[in-house]
Amino acid sequence: MKPDAIPGRALALGTTVSIVTLLVLIPLAVVVLTASGLSVSGLREALLSPRALAAFRLTFVASLAAASVDLIAGTFVAWVLVRYRFVGDVFLDALVNVPLAMPTAVTGIALATLYAPTGSAGRVLTTIGLHVGYTQLGVWLALTFVGFPFAVRTVQPVLAAMPSHFEEAAASLGASRAATLARVTLPLLGPAILTGFALALARALGEYGSVIFISGNMPLRTEIAPLLIVTRLEEYDYQGAAAIATVLLVASLLALVAINTIQRRLAVARVA
Amino acid sequence: MTGDLNAAAVHAAPLRVATTRPVIRFGKAAAIVVAVVFVVALVGLPLVTVFAEALRGGVRAFADAYSEPFALSAIRLTLEVTAATVAFNASFGILAAWTITKYRFWGKALLLSAIDVPLTVSPVVAGLAILLTVGVHSPLGTWLVAHGLRIAFAPPGIIVATIFVTFPYVVRELTAFMQEQGRELEEAALSLGAGVWQTLLTVTLPTARWALFDGVLLCKARAMGEFGAVSVISGRVRGYTDTVPLHIEILYNEDAFVAAFALAAGLATVTMVLAAIRTGIERRAIARNAVAIAVTRGE
Repeated sequence: MKPDAIPGRALALGTTVSIVTLLVLIPLAVVVLTASGLSVSGLREALLSPRALAAFRLTFVASLAAASVDLIAGTFVAWVLVRYRFVGDVFLDALVNVPLAMPTAVTGIALATLYAPTGSAGRVLTTIGLHVGYTQLGVWLALTFVGFPFAVRTVQPVLAAMPSHFEEAAASLGASRAATLARVTLPLLGPAILTGFALALARALGEYGSVIFISGNMPLRTEIAPLLIVTRLEEYDYQGAAAIATVLLVASLLALVAINTIQRRLAVARVA
Repeated sequence: MTGDLNAAAVHAAPLRVATTRPVIRFGKAAAIVVAVVFVVALVGLPLVTVFAEALRGGVRAFADAYSEPFALSAIRLTLEVTAATVAFNASFGILAAWTITKYRFWGKALLLSAIDVPLTVSPVVAGLAILLTVGVHSPLGTWLVAHGLRIAFAPPGIIVATIFVTFPYVVRELTAFMQEQGRELEEAALSLGAGVWQTLLTVTLPTARWALFDGVLLCKARAMGEFGAVSVISGRVRGYTDTVPLHIEILYNEDAFVAAFALAAGLATVTMVLAAIRTGIERRAIARNAVAIAVTRGE
């Protein structure tokens, strides 16, 4: 049969492309268009005011810090889950999924209640001088929570499928455990770890519901960029909101491109 | 060369047993303890908090949260929005996966990327995009309101925003599965005289039913819990555009903690059960694939 022997191509393709355009591409284009209606000084006010700069800095720095911790902790937990059998390993594995399954508003009020200065964990941490509730540390904690499953779940299957004879060969040739880990295991896991990092970062940059309750939302200090969009909207400053949204949109598109590029390289490497 | 390797292995093996085994054991136990403590502290504590706070006032207070009229209308709206979103995204998912896997056309990679875009877009940006497109300040919104259809700050807007944020899930699950299936079954059905609709309904969909179900469950869970996008577009009118996640926020901000956590515990239970069913389906799919591979290899 010829490649297009299945009839209906024009209708199916036309409808699919129309729906994607109407529902995804046009609304996102409208955001950019609305922002482009601003004058240079309006744009500067929207994006470079001390309040906006503080929000961007917090969003980007806390997201990078959260994704970095997720990368290290996630790889480690994936390692433990794949390599060791122990009592409760199934339970630990199930727990990793919770941040993905829990609605963000639920996560938000749970973290805020737990880590508030009066909360059960907050009380303990305050006595050792760690203030998590209503601080930038709280923002970081919430972002680490939501990104964690991505870091574990991208590394875990690759680690499970990795033949152990590479590591055994390295060990039998006299490599120490540390050298085997650094020179053999981690390089093989590299693309998977990087994908997990990019996914956690992308999720953190746009995160809203799980952060706004624990952060306290103080302008210049604990206000994240997505929240500033909502604030601008409540002030009927649609163009200002769209300008901030455009910056976040560009960041999320870059993250998507990065994720897809790593995945494609990985697929090519696997075929090779 | 191989001889050298074997010699080294033989040489190394007794050494490892003699000197490092207790250390490895200690390392293994320490690694497990660190991993468990980390995950329980990061994930377990908030999870326990949700249910502990919900039951703080006793079962009676928990149940009271579910008899409040605004809570009931929020539950009804969330169920309606979820049903509409799943119906739309399942239909679109079938269409898009069929288009992508059964036909050849220019720009396929581009279409796939465009469908993926909502995956990384911030929910707040998604809500803003829908609001700016259909809100009363846009030409389209003005025209729609003039014709009696209000989308922004009304339930239809909540549905559109929820469709946006859950857009890629069914497509991705179905496309991945149907790509592996290839086109042979459909070509056989068509050459035997079946029409396209008949082929889709009697050949493609029954084969892909588990992948479809998997995508639908993911879409359903995300739709029920969606907060950021819905919060921007809803306008928060109690009893009218108030979904369960939005109502949880309202109750929490009014210091009605037991009621907020009671609804949160119910919502989280539903979404986590949906996630657990998905894990079960995926395990089943992996087991079935293993059987299929064994059968084709003649084992």
